Amino acid sequence: MSNLPIFDVAGSAMQAQSVRLSTIASNLANANTVAGTAEGAYRAKQPVFSADPIAGNPALAGVQVTEVRDSTAAPVKRYEPGHPLADAQGYVYAPDVDPVAQMVDMISASRSYQANVDVFKSAKDLAVATLNMGR
Amino acid sequence: MEGRMSDFLGIHGAALILREQRLQVLSTNLANADTPGFQAQDLDFNSALQAALSPATGAGGSDPYQAAAAGARHARPSSQPSLDGNTVDSAREQATFSQAALEYRASMTFIESKVRTMLTAITGE
Repeated sequence: MSNLPIFDVAGSAMQAQSVRLSTIASNLANANTVAGTAEGAYRAKQPVFSADPIAGNPALAGVQVTEVRDSTAAPVKRYEPGHPLADAQGYVYAPDVDPVAQMVDMISASRSYQANVDVFKSAKDLAVATLNMGR
Repeated sequence: MEGRMSDFLGIHGAALILREQRLQVLSTNLANADTPGFQAQDLDFNSALQAALSPATGAGGSDPYQAAAAGARHARPSSQPSLDGNTVDSAREQATFSQAALEYRASMTFIESKVRTMLTAITGE
Protein backbone atom coordinates (compact mmCIF):
# COMPACT_ATOMS: atom_id res chain seq x y z
CA MET A 1 0.00 0.00 0.00
CA SER A 2 1.62 3.21 -1.09
CA ASN A 3 -0.99 5.78 -0.16
CA LEU A 4 1.79 7.68 1.58
CA PRO A 5 2.58 10.18 -1.22
CA ILE A 6 -0.92 11.58 -0.75
CA PHE A 7 -0.02 12.40 2.84
CA ASP A 8 3.05 14.29 1.62
CA VAL A 9 1.04 16.19 -0.98
CA ALA A 10 -1.82 17.15 1.34
CA GLY A 11 0.56 17.88 4.21
CA SER A 12 2.67 20.27 2.15
CA ALA A 13 -0.48 22.06 0.99
CA MET A 14 -1.71 22.39 4.58
CA GLN A 15 1.62 23.85 5.61
CA ALA A 16 1.58 26.33 2.71
CA GLN A 17 -1.95 27.44 3.54
CA SER A 18 -1.02 27.89 7.18
CA VAL A 19 1.89 30.14 6.14
CA ARG A 20 -0.65 32.10 4.13
CA LEU A 21 -2.93 32.37 7.18
CA SER A 22 0.01 33.58 9.27
CA THR A 23 0.89 36.36 6.84
CA ILE A 24 -2.77 37.43 6.74
CA ALA A 25 -2.81 37.53 10.55
CA SER A 26 0.34 39.64 10.47
CA ASN A 27 -1.16 42.01 7.88
CA LEU A 28 -4.42 42.43 9.79
CA ALA A 29 -2.61 42.92 13.10
CA ASN A 30 -0.48 45.67 11.60
CA ALA A 31 -3.23 47.34 9.58
CA ASN A 32 -3.16 50.32 11.97
CA THR A 33 0.56 50.41 12.67
CA VAL A 34 1.82 53.84 11.60
CA ALA A 35 5.39 55.02 11.22
CA GLY A 36 7.13 58.40 10.98
CA THR A 37 8.78 57.62 7.63
CA ALA A 38 7.58 56.00 4.42
CA GLU A 39 10.42 53.46 4.66
CA GLY A 40 9.55 52.51 8.24
CA ALA A 41 5.90 51.75 7.47
CA TYR A 42 4.75 48.13 7.63
CA ARG A 43 4.32 46.46 4.26
CA ALA A 44 1.71 43.79 3.64
CA LYS A 45 3.26 40.35 3.28
CA GLN A 46 2.22 37.72 0.78
CA PRO A 47 3.56 34.18 0.32
CA VAL A 48 4.53 32.92 -3.14
CA PHE A 49 3.41 29.35 -3.87
CA SER A 50 4.97 26.99 -6.36
CA ALA A 51 4.42 23.34 -7.24
CA ASP A 52 7.01 21.06 -5.63
CA PRO A 53 7.60 17.56 -7.07
CA ILE A 54 7.28 14.86 -4.40
CA ALA A 55 9.72 11.94 -4.34
CA GLY A 56 11.19 12.94 -7.71
CA ASN A 57 7.89 12.26 -9.44
CA PRO A 58 7.00 15.23 -11.67
CA ALA A 59 3.36 14.13 -11.80
CA LEU A 60 3.02 14.27 -8.04
CA ALA A 61 3.32 17.86 -6.87
CA GLY A 62 3.02 19.24 -3.38
CA VAL A 63 3.08 22.93 -2.57
CA GLN A 64 6.11 24.90 -1.56
CA VAL A 65 6.25 28.45 -0.21
CA THR A 66 9.24 29.79 -2.14
CA GLU A 67 9.31 33.16 -0.40
CA VAL A 68 7.22 35.67 1.53
CA ARG A 69 7.23 38.95 -0.35
CA ASP A 70 6.52 42.45 0.87
CA SER A 71 3.86 44.42 -0.93
CA THR A 72 5.17 47.08 -3.31
CA ALA A 73 2.16 49.34 -2.70
CA ALA A 74 3.18 52.74 -1.34
CA PRO A 75 2.21 53.43 2.29
CA VAL A 76 -0.76 55.70 2.86
CA LYS A 77 0.36 59.20 3.85
CA ARG A 78 -1.91 60.75 6.47
CA TYR A 79 -1.80 64.28 7.83
CA GLU A 80 -1.85 63.96 11.63
CA PRO A 81 0.27 66.75 13.13
CA GLY A 82 -0.74 65.82 16.67
CA HIS A 83 0.55 62.23 16.32
CA PRO A 84 3.69 61.57 18.37
CA LEU A 85 5.30 59.79 15.39
CA ALA A 86 4.47 62.51 12.85
CA ASP A 87 7.38 63.79 10.74
CA ALA A 88 8.41 67.47 10.42
CA GLN A 89 5.56 68.15 7.95
CA GLY A 90 3.01 66.50 10.26
CA TYR A 91 2.52 63.29 8.26
CA VAL A 92 2.37 59.69 9.45
CA TYR A 93 2.64 56.65 7.15
CA ALA A 94 0.16 53.79 7.44
CA PRO A 95 0.49 50.45 5.57
CA ASP A 96 -1.66 49.91 2.49
CA VAL A 97 -3.58 46.98 3.98
CA ASP A 98 -7.19 46.49 2.93
CA PRO A 99 -8.88 44.59 5.81
CA VAL A 100 -11.72 43.45 3.56
CA ALA A 101 -9.34 41.96 0.99
CA GLN A 102 -7.39 40.29 3.79
CA MET A 103 -10.56 38.74 5.23
CA VAL A 104 -11.52 37.39 1.82
CA ASP A 105 -8.02 35.95 1.46
CA MET A 106 -8.32 34.41 4.91
CA ILE A 107 -11.58 32.64 4.07
CA SER A 108 -10.04 31.32 0.86
CA ALA A 109 -6.98 30.06 2.74
CA SER A 110 -8.99 28.32 5.45
CA ARG A 111 -11.24 26.67 2.84
CA SER A 112 -8.21 25.36 0.99
CA TYR A 113 -6.72 24.14 4.26
CA GLN A 114 -9.93 22.31 5.06
CA ALA A 115 -10.10 20.72 1.61
CA ASN A 116 -6.63 19.28 2.16
CA VAL A 117 -7.54 18.03 5.63
CA ASP A 118 -10.41 16.17 3.97
CA VAL A 119 -8.05 14.65 1.41
CA PHE A 120 -5.75 13.61 4.23
CA LYS A 121 -8.63 12.00 6.13
CA SER A 122 -9.92 10.10 3.08
CA ALA A 123 -6.43 8.83 2.26
CA LYS A 124 -5.97 7.72 5.86
CA ASP A 125 -9.31 5.92 5.94
CA LEU A 126 -8.51 4.13 2.68
CA ALA A 127 -5.06 3.15 3.90
CA VAL A 128 -6.43 1.78 7.17
CA ALA A 129 -9.19 -0.10 5.35
CA THR A 130 -6.62 -1.62 2.99
CA LEU A 131 -4.42 -2.66 5.90
CA ASN A 132 -7.37 -4.29 7.64
CA MET A 133 -8.41 -6.22 4.55
CA GLY A 134 -9.34 -9.80 5.25
CA ARG A 135 -9.67 -9.38 9.00
CA MET B 1 3.16 -17.61 -6.61
CA GLU B 2 2.74 -13.91 -7.14
CA GLY B 3 1.41 -14.55 -10.63
CA ARG B 4 -1.14 -17.01 -9.32
CA MET B 5 -2.32 -14.62 -6.64
CA SER B 6 -2.95 -11.80 -9.13
CA ASP B 7 -4.67 -14.29 -11.45
CA PHE B 8 -6.92 -15.17 -8.56
CA LEU B 9 -7.76 -11.54 -7.86
CA GLY B 10 -8.52 -11.01 -11.53
CA ILE B 11 -8.92 -7.49 -12.81
CA HIS B 12 -9.42 -6.06 -9.33
CA GLY B 13 -5.78 -6.19 -8.29
CA ALA B 14 -4.75 -3.99 -11.21
CA ALA B 15 -7.81 -1.79 -10.74
CA LEU B 16 -6.96 -1.09 -7.10
CA ILE B 17 -3.42 0.03 -7.94
CA LEU B 18 -4.58 2.30 -10.76
CA ARG B 19 -7.40 3.78 -8.67
CA GLU B 20 -4.80 4.70 -6.09
CA GLN B 21 -2.68 6.33 -8.80
CA ARG B 22 -5.71 8.39 -9.78
CA LEU B 23 -6.26 9.44 -6.15
CA GLN B 24 -2.68 10.70 -6.09
CA VAL B 25 -3.19 12.80 -9.21
CA LEU B 26 -6.42 14.26 -7.82
CA SER B 27 -4.85 15.04 -4.45
CA THR B 28 -2.11 16.94 -6.30
CA ASN B 29 -4.79 19.07 -7.96
CA LEU B 30 -6.45 19.94 -4.66
CA ALA B 31 -3.12 20.70 -2.99
CA ASN B 32 -2.20 23.11 -5.78
CA ALA B 33 -5.56 24.88 -5.98
CA ASP B 34 -3.80 28.18 -5.13
CA THR B 35 -0.50 27.67 -6.97
CA PRO B 36 -0.19 30.14 -9.87
CA GLY B 37 0.03 28.51 -13.28
CA PHE B 38 -0.73 24.99 -12.07
CA GLN B 39 -2.48 22.80 -14.65
CA ALA B 40 -5.09 20.41 -13.29
CA GLN B 41 -4.54 16.80 -14.33
CA ASP B 42 -6.61 13.68 -14.39
CA LEU B 43 -6.07 10.02 -15.12
CA ASP B 44 -8.22 8.18 -17.61
CA PHE B 45 -8.90 5.02 -15.65
CA ASN B 46 -10.21 2.97 -18.57
CA SER B 47 -7.21 3.49 -20.81
CA ALA B 48 -4.82 3.02 -17.87
CA LEU B 49 -6.41 -0.32 -17.04
CA GLN B 50 -6.32 -1.39 -20.68
CA ALA B 51 -2.63 -0.47 -20.92
CA ALA B 52 -1.79 -2.23 -17.66
CA LEU B 53 -3.55 -5.45 -18.72
CA SER B 54 -2.17 -5.56 -22.26
CA PRO B 55 0.86 -7.89 -22.50
CA ALA B 56 2.89 -5.29 -24.45
CA THR B 57 3.11 -2.95 -21.49
CA GLY B 58 3.35 -5.68 -18.92
CA ALA B 59 6.40 -7.35 -20.48
CA GLY B 60 8.95 -4.53 -20.40
CA GLY B 61 9.62 -1.68 -17.99
CA SER B 62 10.16 -1.74 -14.27
CA ASP B 63 6.61 -1.01 -13.16
CA PRO B 64 3.83 -1.63 -15.70
CA TYR B 65 1.29 0.17 -13.51
CA GLN B 66 3.40 3.32 -13.27
CA ALA B 67 3.86 3.27 -17.06
CA ALA B 68 0.15 2.70 -17.64
CA ALA B 69 -0.78 5.51 -15.25
CA ALA B 70 1.71 7.88 -16.86
CA GLY B 71 0.31 7.12 -20.31
CA ALA B 72 -3.27 7.79 -19.24
CA ARG B 73 -2.51 11.07 -17.47
CA HIS B 74 -3.78 14.16 -19.21
CA ALA B 75 -4.32 17.84 -18.50
CA ARG B 76 -7.89 18.77 -17.74
CA PRO B 77 -9.01 22.19 -18.95
CA SER B 78 -10.95 24.34 -16.55
CA SER B 79 -14.47 25.60 -17.11
CA GLN B 80 -13.54 28.78 -15.26
CA PRO B 81 -10.03 29.95 -16.19
CA SER B 82 -8.39 32.07 -13.52
CA LEU B 83 -6.15 35.11 -14.00
CA ASP B 84 -3.00 33.41 -12.70
CA GLY B 85 -3.27 30.51 -15.16
CA ASN B 86 -4.37 27.97 -12.55
CA THR B 87 -6.89 25.51 -13.97
CA VAL B 88 -7.94 23.78 -10.73
CA ASP B 89 -11.65 23.99 -10.01
CA SER B 90 -11.76 23.24 -6.25
CA ALA B 91 -15.41 22.25 -5.90
CA ARG B 92 -15.29 19.93 -8.90
CA GLU B 93 -11.98 18.54 -7.71
CA GLN B 94 -13.41 17.67 -4.31
CA ALA B 95 -16.37 15.94 -5.90
CA THR B 96 -14.09 13.95 -8.21
CA PHE B 97 -11.84 13.00 -5.33
CA SER B 98 -14.76 11.72 -3.24
CA GLN B 99 -16.00 9.69 -6.19
CA ALA B 100 -12.54 8.25 -6.82
CA ALA B 101 -12.23 7.33 -3.12
CA LEU B 102 -15.54 5.51 -3.34
CA GLU B 103 -14.40 3.64 -6.45
CA TYR B 104 -11.24 2.61 -4.61
CA ARG B 105 -13.40 1.23 -1.80
CA ALA B 106 -15.50 -0.66 -4.33
CA SER B 107 -12.44 -2.32 -5.85
CA MET B 108 -11.22 -3.13 -2.37
CA THR B 109 -14.51 -4.74 -1.45
CA PHE B 110 -14.25 -7.04 -4.47
CA ILE B 111 -10.76 -8.13 -3.45
CA GLU B 112 -11.81 -8.58 0.15
CA SER B 113 -14.69 -10.86 -0.75
CA LYS B 114 -12.39 -12.93 -2.98
CA VAL B 115 -9.91 -13.26 -0.12
CA ARG B 116 -12.70 -14.30 2.24
CA THR B 117 -13.89 -16.92 -0.21
CA MET B 118 -10.36 -18.30 -0.43
CA LEU B 119 -10.03 -18.30 3.35
CA THR B 120 -13.25 -20.23 3.66
CA ALA B 121 -11.97 -22.77 1.13
CA ILE B 122 -8.70 -23.15 3.03
CA THR B 123 -10.07 -23.38 6.56
CA GLY B 124 -13.26 -25.17 5.62
CA GLU B 125 -15.28 -23.18 8.13
